[in-house]
Amino acid sequence: MSTVQDVSTAPVVAAVPKKAMALGPLASLIILALLIVTPLFVKNFIIFQMTMWLIYAIAVLALNILTGASGQFSLGQSAFYALGAYTSAILMEHVGVNYALTLPVAGLVCFIAGFLFGLPALRLSGIYLALATFALAVAMPQLLKLGVFEHWTGGVQGLVVTKPDAPEILASLGLKVSQDMWLYFFTLAVTILIYIFSVNLLKSRSGRAMMAIRDNEIAASAMGVDVSLYKTLAFGVSAGITGVAGGLGAIAVQFVAPDGYTIQLAIALFLGVVVGGVGWLPGSLAGAAFIVFVPNIAEHISKGLSGAVFGVILIIIIFLLPNGARQLAYLAQGLIGKLRKH
Amino acid sequence: MNCRNFLRTAALSSAAFAFLAFSTSANAQKKYDTGASDTEIKIGNIIPYSGPASAYGIIGKMEEAYFKMINDQGGINGRKITFVSYDDAYSPAKAVEQTRKLVESDEVLFVFGPLGTPSNTAILKYLNAKKVPQLFVATGATKFGEYKTSPWTMGWQPAYQSEGRIFAQYAMTEKPNGKIAVFYQNDDLGKDMLKGLKDGLGEKASMIVAEDSYEVSEPTIDSHIVKMKASGADIFVSISTPKFAAQAIKKVAEIGWKPMFFQSNVGSSVGAVMRPAGIDNAQGVLSLAYAKDAIDPQWKDDEGMKKYLDFLAKYAPFANPAESSAAYGYGQAQTVVQVLKQAGDDLTRANIMKQAASLKDFAPDTLLPGVKINTSATDFYPIEQLRMMRFTGEKWDVFGPPIDSKLGG
Repeated sequence: MSTVQDVSTAPVVAAVPKKAMALGPLASLIILALLIVTPLFVKNFIIFQMTMWLIYAIAVLALNILTGASGQFSLGQSAFYALGAYTSAILMEHVGVNYALTLPVAGLVCFIAGFLFGLPALRLSGIYLALATFALAVAMPQLLKLGVFEHWTGGVQGLVVTKPDAPEILASLGLKVSQDMWLYFFTLAVTILIYIFSVNLLKSRSGRAMMAIRDNEIAASAMGVDVSLYKTLAFGVSAGITGVAGGLGAIAVQFVAPDGYTIQLAIALFLGVVVGGVGWLPGSLAGAAFIVFVPNIAEHISKGLSGAVFGVILIIIIFLLPNGARQLAYLAQGLIGKLRKH
Repeated sequence: MNCRNFLRTAALSSAAFAFLAFSTSANAQKKYDTGASDTEIKIGNIIPYSGPASAYGIIGKMEEAYFKMINDQGGINGRKITFVSYDDAYSPAKAVEQTRKLVESDEVLFVFGPLGTPSNTAILKYLNAKKVPQLFVATGATKFGEYKTSPWTMGWQPAYQSEGRIFAQYAMTEKPNGKIAVFYQNDDLGKDMLKGLKDGLGEKASMIVAEDSYEVSEPTIDSHIVKMKASGADIFVSISTPKFAAQAIKKVAEIGWKPMFFQSNVGSSVGAVMRPAGIDNAQGVLSLAYAKDAIDPQWKDDEGMKKYLDFLAKYAPFANPAESSAAYGYGQAQTVVQVLKQAGDDLTRANIMKQAASLKDFAPDTLLPGVKINTSATDFYPIEQLRMMRFTGEKWDVFGPPIDSKLGG
């Protein structure tokens, strides 16, 4: 066997047992309760930050499915995020489609794009795949500027999106819900749907097939798993979910422009996966919190050296918790277990 | 009855009297919106301190230093300026987040000097809906000066279209039968200035014989230049940022092309463009300017420049005088201080906007002689005058009077 093959058959990501991919019911309920109650007591701009947090959590979750479950790398998630954002923005502003209906379309468009991109990517693995997706991320902002699409995309000037109001039925029930609050709960609902879908996907036959490929491709194919189908499927699903996140992002920020979806975003999402714990879906929330809030903390510490401070915080986290938030959760679980015994 | 009537009238009239007295005294009293008080004026700002455009972070640091100087001198009408500046990393999403933080959490009086077309487009709708001034945005995109659609947004530097128009005027008078080749950066800057050029040419837009654009990611633009020469043009307009401006000037000289060469203002720095391109290659290149170059010896004895350099030495030792962004931040901060002085004790958001729209012949220290800031209720483009300049020897020689593009009403 040649070395190249050895590299490609070795599992890229440490195996994560299927059961460990989600949280227990009690912990899930506590987190859900916090997510529902907190916005009722904070300022609108914090609600907006929380909305962005959830949106990034969806995007991180999507990458987590790809990397954590099927063992493929991608630095191109920003491209799918952009595609989803533009799909939603164009449908809302040019066609006049309701914002909620644009999301499934954005997801579908990105699923197809991801699936198609997954086909050539099949021949690549590990770092080579990362490089191919990297190219996609670099190319995306320029594609969006192309004169051919300018009528639709607004070219370099981007597109301004109208923020949706809370449905009138809530007002008639006597509930005063601000735009921010409404968008937050809308995003929360989408997040919960996607989370449940993802957990179930990974528990299903398809999820098992993906994980088998991650752990050992040759063994998986010997067991009768259609390797190419599941690898491209993982790409498609991941891209589709990222697209929904992108669409939500466009609605929340009220603006799409090519410069908003650079490789920086792809790297941020990748960071989110690592910090949250590769292959641990609830970690996506922690990972997204890291990419939304830590830059602000870094800036607070030093304006001129915010990048350096961010780097130091990142290194400390990787050093102390090499498995990300998952490790922290396990530690907490262990402690609680001990307390119960006493 | 009479008595009661009398009493009622008396009560009413005294009440009216009291009301009148109260309201007049209230008029004389100070008026504040969120972010202003007897002791403080809170100004918000977002600028990329990190990310792809972090080189502009210096503008924010200069503004902070300028406000520190103002505070050391006793503030404005006894009020100290608190300058809250956040990093948006040149990302529209981050810009929205930080602006909302400024308005809703820090509760600033207004947002001053946000940088970049994407970031400003992203926050324009929000700030206008909230009726919070988006004052002196740091971009030349022409859309930030439309007083009808966005009455809470105002630009500062000359709009990119102004520059294009003035080039067009000059080309039409100097070479009425010329053939123009336009080379531009494929982004908002390039497109906007190209539009100004075409608008300026008007019926004579057919003078343009070649148009070509480049992407900022291209390593070299040599092939574009060769193509433009082949078009037979004798006027070359290069709407480019420093790295590409230098490449273009060098290549045009190398292939022996001798057109009338216009270089856009953003790529006209002596240190960053002209020297790297080769002083010999750059002779005779034309450009437009509105600000003085701090390292140019001709301003050695200029009052404004002396003040500026003293300021750099005392409050901003970190800034390089050769950097035009540093002077930019200084000029912007000086303009906003003028607005606050004019506003006096009426520190409401509406009055800030009103005062910003009534600047008359205001000349910050760093602007070229003759270039003045004028605004009105129907003119939201503060700096509209530019002066032609020609590169001669080792520096730019300004010639001709200030030219007004008359973009605003």
